[in-house]
Amino acid sequence: MIDIKYPIALGVTAALLVMPPAVTAGTKRAAVKAPTTKAKPAPAAAAVEKDAATLDFEKHRAEMEDASPAELFEAKGEDLWKSKRGLKNVSLAESCDLGSGIGVVGGAYVGMPRYFADADAVMDAERRIVWCMVEKQGFNFAEIAKKPFASGNSAPDQTSIVTYVAAQSRNMKIAVPLNDPRVRDVFETGKEVAAYRAGPYDFSCNTCHGSDGKRIRMQNLPNLSKPEGAIIGVQGWPGYRMTGGLMLTHQWRMNDCFRQQRFPEPKYASDVVTALLTYMIGTANGQLYKGPGIKR
Amino acid sequence: MADPMKIRATSKDGVTEVKVLMSHEMETGQRKDAAGAVVPAWFITDVTAQHNGKTVMQAEFGTSVAKNPYLSFKFKGGAKGDKIVVSWVDNKGDKRTDEGAIA
Repeated sequence: MIDIKYPIALGVTAALLVMPPAVTAGTKRAAVKAPTTKAKPAPAAAAVEKDAATLDFEKHRAEMEDASPAELFEAKGEDLWKSKRGLKNVSLAESCDLGSGIGVVGGAYVGMPRYFADADAVMDAERRIVWCMVEKQGFNFAEIAKKPFASGNSAPDQTSIVTYVAAQSRNMKIAVPLNDPRVRDVFETGKEVAAYRAGPYDFSCNTCHGSDGKRIRMQNLPNLSKPEGAIIGVQGWPGYRMTGGLMLTHQWRMNDCFRQQRFPEPKYASDVVTALLTYMIGTANGQLYKGPGIKR
Repeated sequence: MADPMKIRATSKDGVTEVKVLMSHEMETGQRKDAAGAVVPAWFITDVTAQHNGKTVMQAEFGTSVAKNPYLSFKFKGGAKGDKIVVSWVDNKGDKRTDEGAIA
């Protein structure tokens, strides 16, 4: 008899032991849930949290900006921009038009993507520079596209050149010519690409970057549909990544977005990347660009 | 040949602060490449800074120093326009010397 009763008693105490924590967990969850269902207090709390979480990063970034290795690439890029290279042995400085005349680099970066009549295409900075390298200097596009971005111990020439050109737009306002119908057209394409939901996880850029107050783990995600959000996506590119010590361009970042979405990665300097950049940089019009940056 | 350094120096109240950004791989010799072969160590071993020909800073670097090293130091003296010369030598014998002026 006792043998039979004992397990029952045990069973009861076990149940009692389990019950209270389950109840408290339940109430806790309910307590946490309550504010999030009310739309207003949640973003406010998120904003406070964001400051605390990003403050250290910002402090660190400010210290690093004083000594950003991006400057090393800027110096290298300046040299590459000015020296005679390629099969045709000409310099980009004497042959490449970035939108405001041959060789003019001041303010060119914040004015791209834009339409270039000689190529009959809307191009972003990197694409334009590569176009100049191929068309004006005689480099082979296939060769460049083999290893388009920095990896391991090397950064391709165009990365340094993009960094140099971007640095010449430091502290200038973004001014993508969106009133040009051809640019506007590409902008609209980019907007659609950003909203395109697909891939094994079935999400689009906008799933995370289309509204305010989103984040992934501890990282706040900018809302790319607004100027204040879009500039966050533009700021700091091209950027020096402390992880791995690589200098990477905005084009690389777009490719990485596709990779993170488990999409096939676009070909180098493709239309889709220009479209996305036109949408993002164009949305950031009027915001201040601080030049090449430094990233975690 | 190695890429140039970035040297910035400012003088304030008789103290000069020098900031140097060096371009170097700083391979530790601990890494392996995709094929499994050890990436040989390659790093800056010695850094010297001179102010108007006089050595004001000397340092020995090792493999624990990060890629593209950043070094800042202060010394007494120095006036606007003075020349600061920084040079480094790495374990392969490669060297680089650059100069900057105190602003």
